[in-house]
This record gives sequence, C-alpha cells and structure tokens, in this order.
Amino acid sequence: MLIIKELHASINGKEILKGINLEVNAGEIHAIMGPNGSGKSTLSAVLVGNPAFEVTKGEVIFQGENLLEMAPEERSCKGMFLSFQYPVEIPGVSMVNFMRTAVNEHKKCKGEAPLSAGEFLKMMREKQSIVEMDKNLVNRSVNEGFSGGEKKRNEIFQMAMLEPKLAILDETDSGLDIDALRIVANGVNKLKSPDTATIVITHYQRLLDYIKPDVVHVLYNGQIIRTGGPKLALELEEKGYDWLK
Amino acid sequence: MKQYIDFFKTQRKQIDASCSSLVNSYRDEAFASFEETGFPIFKSEEYQHTNIAELLDTDFGFYLNYKGESIDPHKLFHCNIPNLSSSPHFIINGHFYKEKNNRNLPDKVFSGSLNTFAEEYPDIFSKYYNKLAEEKGNGLTALNTMFVQDGYVLYVPKNIIIDHPIQLTNIFNGKIDALINRRILIIIEAGSQAKILICDHSTEKEPLYAATQITEIFVEENAVLDFYELEESSKRTIRLADNFVQQSTSSNVMINNITLNNGVTRNNYYIDLDGEFAETYLYGMAIVDDTQKIDNHSVIFHNVPNCQSNELFKYVLDEQSLGVFSGKIIVAENAQKTQAYQNNKNLLGSKECKMYSKPQLIINADDVKCSHGMTTGQLDESALFYMRSRGIPKEEAILLLKYAFTDDVIQGIRLDTLKERLKMLIEKRFRGELIRCQECI
Repeated sequence: MLIIKELHASINGKEILKGINLEVNAGEIHAIMGPNGSGKSTLSAVLVGNPAFEVTKGEVIFQGENLLEMAPEERSCKGMFLSFQYPVEIPGVSMVNFMRTAVNEHKKCKGEAPLSAGEFLKMMREKQSIVEMDKNLVNRSVNEGFSGGEKKRNEIFQMAMLEPKLAILDETDSGLDIDALRIVANGVNKLKSPDTATIVITHYQRLLDYIKPDVVHVLYNGQIIRTGGPKLALELEEKGYDWLK
Repeated sequence: MKQYIDFFKTQRKQIDASCSSLVNSYRDEAFASFEETGFPIFKSEEYQHTNIAELLDTDFGFYLNYKGESIDPHKLFHCNIPNLSSSPHFIINGHFYKEKNNRNLPDKVFSGSLNTFAEEYPDIFSKYYNKLAEEKGNGLTALNTMFVQDGYVLYVPKNIIIDHPIQLTNIFNGKIDALINRRILIIIEAGSQAKILICDHSTEKEPLYAATQITEIFVEENAVLDFYELEESSKRTIRLADNFVQQSTSSNVMINNITLNNGVTRNNYYIDLDGEFAETYLYGMAIVDDTQKIDNHSVIFHNVPNCQSNELFKYVLDEQSLGVFSGKIIVAENAQKTQAYQNNKNLLGSKECKMYSKPQLIINADDVKCSHGMTTGQLDESALFYMRSRGIPKEEAILLLKYAFTDDVIQGIRLDTLKERLKMLIEKRFRGELIRCQECI
C-alpha cells in the first residue's frame, strides 16, 4: 500500500528526515516510536503534504501512485488520513459544514453523487457513536473550545467519516486520560479492516496495549534504526532508547 | 466646489420647487456654512484616505423636481428578501416613491416621505431635523442640506412596538452622471421599538452615481432600534453617508452596515450616549476587491455614566482594493462605569490590497472598562492545511475560511431572515456569483 524509499525532507533548510525506508501493506498496523525530535511528526507531515516541509530526495508510492506529486486534498481523496497531534481550531466553520464539504469532495473524487442532507446526518450519527462523541460538538465550530480529549476524539470521528485506506495517528495518545485513550483506541480498532492500514506514531507503549501493532519501528535522528515485532515496544518501554543509539 | 455654489445660486427656484417650505428653510444657513468651510480637507485627520473634493469634482446632474412615475420599483426589484418586510419602501434617485396601498404599520406611526412629514408634522420635524447634522457635521453635510430633495422618515410615537422590519431600498436609475442628496430621519419615542433595513442598489452600470445620505436617529428612553444597511451597488457608485445617533436613558441601538458591492464608500457614524444605561452595538463588514474603496469612520461619545458600547468592524480585502477604519471612543470626565469595546479585524487576500486602521480611545474618567484592538493579516495557513488534509480543495477551503471570518458580524444581526439571506449573499459574493442575475437584493 505504501512504499517509502530513501526519503529526505527538511524545514527551513534544516534536514530532519535523512533517508527513511518503510513498507506498509494492507491489513497491517505499524508503530513508529522514537525520542523527541527524531522526526516522527515530520514523517507524518510529509506524507500528507504539509507545504512547510520540503522533500529533498527519495520517493513515496501510495497504492501504486507517486504520492509526492499530489496536493494534500488529492492525497486525502485517495485515502490518506492524518490524525493531527495538534488539531487546528477553525472559528466560524461549523463541524457539520466542514465534514459535509469534506465527505462530498471525497464522493466527487470517486465519481459518486453527493450525500443528501438526511443521508449525511444519519452517517454523522453513526460515526459519532464510534467515538462516543458528544452530539452537541458537531454544531460547534471546528475544534474551537474543545478539550484536549474532545479534539482527539474528533480526529477519529473524522477518520470514521472519511474511511481512509491509510490512517496515520500522530501522538493520538498524548494528553488523553485512560478512559479517553480506551475510547479512541476502540474507535481505531472498529475501523480496521483487511483493506486498510494504520501507522501509529507514539512515544509510549500504553497506546499499543490497545492498538496491537504488527511491526514496530524505532526512528532516531531522521532514520529508522531498528524494526521488530510487538515485543520491541515492550523492550523500549523497559530500557528506553539509549541502548539502540 | 465652485460648481455647487454657482448651481445653488442660480437654480434655487428649481431646488425648492417640489420640496416642503420647511425643508427649504434650512438651505440658506447650510449654504453659508458650505461656502465658509467647503469639503472636508483631504489628508486631514478624519479624511486621511478619502478625497471628497476630488470624488465630487465630476459635472454631476441633479434630479430636481423629479416625479419618477415611469419607474415601477416592484418591476425592477421583483424579488425581495423573503418574508422580511410587508412594508417595503423605495427611494428612487433621491425621491420617495409613493405607494398606493402600503399600510401595514400601526396607525400612529409615520413611515414615508420627508416632505410629507414636514408638511404633516411641522413641530416634530423642526424639533429633530438637521439638529445633529448641524452640530456634528461638516461641509459635506451642509451640501446635502442645501440640495436635499426628499428622503424617508420613520416616526414611532411612544410605546409602540413594530414587529415587522421595515425595508427601504435606495435605487439609482438613470442615464446621466448624477449626484443624489437624500435624507433619512428616524425618531423612536420612549418605550417604542423598530427594525429597519436600508439597501442601496444601482440598476445600471454605465453612468457615475454619487449619493450623499444623512441619517439622523433619535432613540428615546427605553426605546430599541435595529438599523441595518446593506450596500449592493456597482463599481461606478460613490456613497458618502453620515449617520448621527442620539440615545437616551436605557435605549438600545444596533447598527450593522454591510458593504457587499460598491465603488467608493465612506460611512461616518457619530453616536451620542446621552442617557445612562444606554447600549450601542456598532457592527460593520465589508468585502472588497478590484479597485473598490471602503472607508468607515466612527466616533462614539460616552457622555454619561453606565453606558455600554460594542464596536466590531471586519474587512475582507482582495486585489487592489483599499480599506480604511478609523474609530474613536471618547469617554467624558464624569462617565464612570463606562464599558466600551472596539475591535477591527482585517483579512488581506492579495499583495496589492491595502488596509489602514486607526482604533482610538480617549478616556477622561477613571472607573471604566475599555478596550480596543486591531489585527490585519492573511488567512491562517494551518487552518487551510488542516482543511485540505481532509480533502477540501484549496479554493473551497479559502472560501470557507473567508466566510467564517465574517461570521461574528453576521451573528450580531438580530433578524433571523436577514441573517440567513446575508449568509447566502456573502457566499455568493465570495464565489463571484453575485448578483445581477437575480436583479434584486
């Protein structure tokens, strides 16, 4: 599904990613772990096309197509999704309007007819229940005044609405209490299917107790320095990262 | 300036011909004042970016003694804001259009022509007309008083609540470059309430239309007025509007001015809070592009204690447009417990557009809550990227963000039908779909 080859990327002339190689197949869950500043968030930002980062070398193939040539909206329509570490507040744009526009743009890309108002509301209700989201939140402006936990739930709600092929969860566990973590993780697990894949970026083992990874990678200083099975995460939790450097 | 002096001297008979003698009785003094002061001076403190003398330098025609029978505004503007008003009024080229059957208002309320009001209510007319304009106005307001032909008066006597909003539409319609001088007088007596929407339209694009409009508003004890203005004119339009407001004890006034389409616009607001516990909401919003200009100027006088004013102006600028905001709040020495908040926010969509903003507070009392602020900037890049990452194309995301930017001004509107209609108009405006296709508001 996703093949990353020798990927280099920089911001303001400073190189952050220094040759990433990674392959993710449908049905798999990959965890990317690593200390602060290792490049985890940069990798996710580059994959969804954040214009602040410049790709200087390498290639990324997503479902057989050159991902790096696509605009962010095109990547989304082709099935790429990022759950933001820091979801953005957009005052004045209601969640309903935001999601309806996004869902119908996805429909348009697939050559399908837009949803009627009734169909859309029904879909919203269904997907909200996946993350046990407060019904009133959708009438508010996007993320405005949401608590940290509500913002993260809202990210997973959006994921449920857009049904991506590849979801990247960037530190979705940060700032969540244990109940919210369970709800978010359950949401992710419910959305999992043999056709989709997930990349979980995290500092800590605890999210991986709920979302079981197939493969664990350690990112350090812009490169993947170790890849292993689920046990690697436990080992990291115990020993920290120093023994790998 | 000379052309107006000569015209006044030589055409006085024509100027007076179709007007009430009361209206005519104010002209001489105005003329003396105009001769002495002339137009507001370009680059002076209040007119930094709008050159009135230059704007009015064209050899404009006047619609004097005009009957306008040939125009049926209902045909020109066949669709209106749905359900908004059962009592639509029109001013065509500065002259009030007399409807045959238009009586949906309570009996004691006067809603009609300025000249008729002067004839029927001479005492009330004399008590209010030109009072504020003379006190706080300038050479331009004097010019209006010299040449005014007609206008509109809303007079609501004590303790009458008008449920339905009143709608007044200013229409330009003609073949020559013209200067129109019209007048609006609104008197809401103690305990009464009214809502009015005034729309500016031009039906033809070719000739240059200039209008001066003086609005004097008196809102007495415990009275409430909503005053909405919507400009949807054309690039060949000059609008020079002066609004004077006087508020008594516990009165409540909402002013909301929206510029959707225009040429050059200058709106002045002078608001006197003369009675304690009076409240004012002064909102404005402008969407400009091409070479359009919008210049909003306001002075709010907190003359007595315990009043509150809230001011918010938002501009969305693009291409080579120019925006100006200058707002002043003056708190008098004894006006303790004043609450005054002023804010101006601007969104720049191009490198060429310009915004000049000058928020000012002058506080002479020591127990007050006042704030003022201004921000000018581009669209939030992180919000834009967030939306794109959900599959919303860049153009659409920009549109949604611009639309969202105007939201708090629209939310300030206390008239749901107008709110909904405006949301639709604003979206169309941003999509470039406005508006002629509808031949109406």
